[in-house]
Amino acid sequence: MSAAAAPNAEVITFTEAYSRALHDAMEMDSSVIMLGEDIADEEGGGVFKVTKGLSTKFGNRVRTTPISEQAIVGAAVGASLAGFRPVAEIMLMNFITVPMDQIVNHAAKLRFMSGGQTHVPITIRTRTGAGAGTGGQHSDMLEAWFAHVAGIKVVVPSTPADAYGLLLSCIFDDDPCLFIEDQLTRTQTGPVPEKGLRVPLGKAHVARSGTDVSVVGYGRPIRDAMVLADKLSGEGISVEVVDLRTVSPLDAETVLKSVAKTGRAVVVHEAPRSFGAGAEIVARIQEHLFGQLRAPVLRVASRDVTVPFARVLEQEYLYKASGIEAAIRQTLEWRAPR
Amino acid sequence: MSASQTFTPAALLAVYRKARLINLVDERFRVLLRSGRLAAVYYSPRGQEILAAAMGVHLEARDYLVTTYRGIHDQLAKGIPLRPLFAEYYAKATGACKGKGGPMHITHPETGVMVTTGVVGSGLPIANGLAWASQLKRDGRVTLVTFGDGASNIGAFHEALNLAALWKLPVIFLCQNNLYGECTKYEKATSVANVAERAAAYSMAGVTVNGNDPEAMWLASGAAVARARAGEGPTLIEAKTFRFMGHYFGDPGAYIPKAEYQAALERDPMPACRAAVLVSGASTEAELAAYDAEIEARIDDALQYAADSPPPEAQEIERDIYGAAA
Repeated sequence: MSAAAAPNAEVITFTEAYSRALHDAMEMDSSVIMLGEDIADEEGGGVFKVTKGLSTKFGNRVRTTPISEQAIVGAAVGASLAGFRPVAEIMLMNFITVPMDQIVNHAAKLRFMSGGQTHVPITIRTRTGAGAGTGGQHSDMLEAWFAHVAGIKVVVPSTPADAYGLLLSCIFDDDPCLFIEDQLTRTQTGPVPEKGLRVPLGKAHVARSGTDVSVVGYGRPIRDAMVLADKLSGEGISVEVVDLRTVSPLDAETVLKSVAKTGRAVVVHEAPRSFGAGAEIVARIQEHLFGQLRAPVLRVASRDVTVPFARVLEQEYLYKASGIEAAIRQTLEWRAPR
Repeated sequence: MSASQTFTPAALLAVYRKARLINLVDERFRVLLRSGRLAAVYYSPRGQEILAAAMGVHLEARDYLVTTYRGIHDQLAKGIPLRPLFAEYYAKATGACKGKGGPMHITHPETGVMVTTGVVGSGLPIANGLAWASQLKRDGRVTLVTFGDGASNIGAFHEALNLAALWKLPVIFLCQNNLYGECTKYEKATSVANVAERAAAYSMAGVTVNGNDPEAMWLASGAAVARARAGEGPTLIEAKTFRFMGHYFGDPGAYIPKAEYQAALERDPMPACRAAVLVSGASTEAELAAYDAEIEARIDDALQYAADSPPPEAQEIERDIYGAAA
C-alpha cells in the first residue's frame, strides 16, 4: 500500500506492475506472444499503455489486431494449441461478452473435452471497475460469470506486487486465465515486486492476521479492508483480511481456516450482490462451519443495477468502505435471538 | 502448373479411396444407429465425402484440422485412426477423448485433428491461431478449417477472414455448402449467391467449386494448400455439395423438396467417382472390391475394439479440468 510504504522505498503503480510482468515473461520465454487492440507501439502501446515498448523490443511477437474480439481470443486459443503462451488483451471487460463463446465453450473446455490431449495456456487481460465515470458498458465486474465455468482461472490482484506475480503465474500456467485489472486504482502504488517472483494461483493470502472477524474478498475492496483493519485495531477490533487473489478455483481451505478461527465473516466484492462470487463464498462457509459461526455471514457488494454515469448515482451503485465497516460491526454486535 | 497439380488417374484413385473409407464408415454407423447398437448424436456426412477426401489427399499428418460436429469425413480424410474414433463414439475410456468429448468434440493431435466444435462458426478464429503459430515458427504447416454454409453468416466468420487476410495466415477456409443451414435453405439465410464471393470483401483468394467433382475439388484444394504452404496467404473455398441424411441422424428432412432431393441423389458423387476410377483405368472392379473388404475389416476391428473397451471410470470426472499447478 502506498500509505504503508516507507518514504524512500521504491514503489510502482499497478500499470507498471502489469507492464513489467509482460516484459519479463516475454524476455524469459519466447513462446509468450501477445495480441490485442492498439497494443503495439505504433498504436501507442495500448489504450492504457500497459504494453508500451513491448513491440519495439519483441517485434512480431506483439501484434495489434482489428477490433475483433472473437478473432483475438480465437487466435490466442489456436496458437496455444500449437505450443505458444498467448496473452490476449481485451481492452475492457464488458467487451468480453463478444468472445464469450471462445472463452467459455473453447478455452475453458478443450482440455476436458479432448480428454487431456490438448490444453489452452492463454491469458486474457482485461480492465474494468466502476468509479471512473465510464457508465454502463465500460465498468462491470463480470468475474462470477467466468468463475461459474470449470476450466478457467479467474484472477484479481489487490496490490501491484501481487499484480506482477499473479500475471506471471497466469502466463506460465497451463490453463486459460482471466486476469482482471482495476481501472480505478491503476495509478495507485505499492512495494516493488522481486523480478521473476510468481504469486501462486488458486491460493488465497491472509493479507492481515486478526481474531475477531474475517473479511474475505479480492481486488479493490481488499485495499479498503486493509485500511479499515488499521482503523478498527485502534478500537481493539482485530480484523483478519483474506485476499483470495484467485476467485476461481476458490481456495476454500484458507477461507474456512480463517473463519473457523474468527467465527465471523464479511464477504466483499465490487460486483453486484445478487448471484455474485460472494454468494458462493458464503455458501461454502455455512456448509462447513455452521455450528461454529458466531454471527450470520454478511455480504458487502455493489447494487443490483446498471452502473450509472452521474457521479452521485455511481457512488450510490458502488459498495462502500463504510459498508464494510458497518458489516464488521454488525457481525460483532450480533446476538442470537432468544 | 507443376506435375503435382495435374489430376492423374492415380490422384483420382487416392481421392476415391479416402472418400470410400468415409462412405463405408458412415454406412455402418447409420446401420448401428438404426438398430440401436450405437447410441450417439450423429451428423452424417453422406454426400460430402468427395470434397473432404480431395482436400485430405493434399494435407500432411502434421497439418492442422479444425472441424465441426459434422466432421467425421474431415477427420477420416485427415487420417484419424478408426479405433480411438469409434471408441469415442461408443463413449469408452479408450476413445480419442477418453469418452469425455464425444462425437462433437473429436480431438486427435497425432493426426492433426486439433479441434472439433459443436458451435457454428467458432472454429475459424481458432484456425487462425494455429496458422499464426505456424507463421511465427515458420514450420510450413497448413491449417484447414471446415464449416457449413450456415457458418458464413455468423460474426466469427467475418472476423476470422479479415484477420487471416490481414496477417496472410497459412489457413484454408473450406465452406462445405450443402445448401441447407440446419433446416433453412441457403437462399433464405445468405445474401450472396456464392459464399466464396465474400472472400473479395477481405482481399482473399476465393473460389466456388463443385465439391462433388473430384477433379475440381482436388485442383482447388491443391492450389489453396500450395498458396498457404508458400506463405502467400489464406483461401476461401466454397465446395458446393448436398447433404443426403438431413441435419442430424433421424432428421426427416421434410424441408427439402422431393424433386431436389431426387435430382441430387441421381448425382450422388460416390457411385460417380467409382465409375470414373474404373474408366480411368486406375483400378479394376476386383481391386475396388478388395479395398472395400479391407475397409470393412478395419471397421469390424475398430467396432470390436470399441465394444470390448471399458467405459470411463467415474473418477474421470475429476480429471482434465485443470492441469498441474504451474
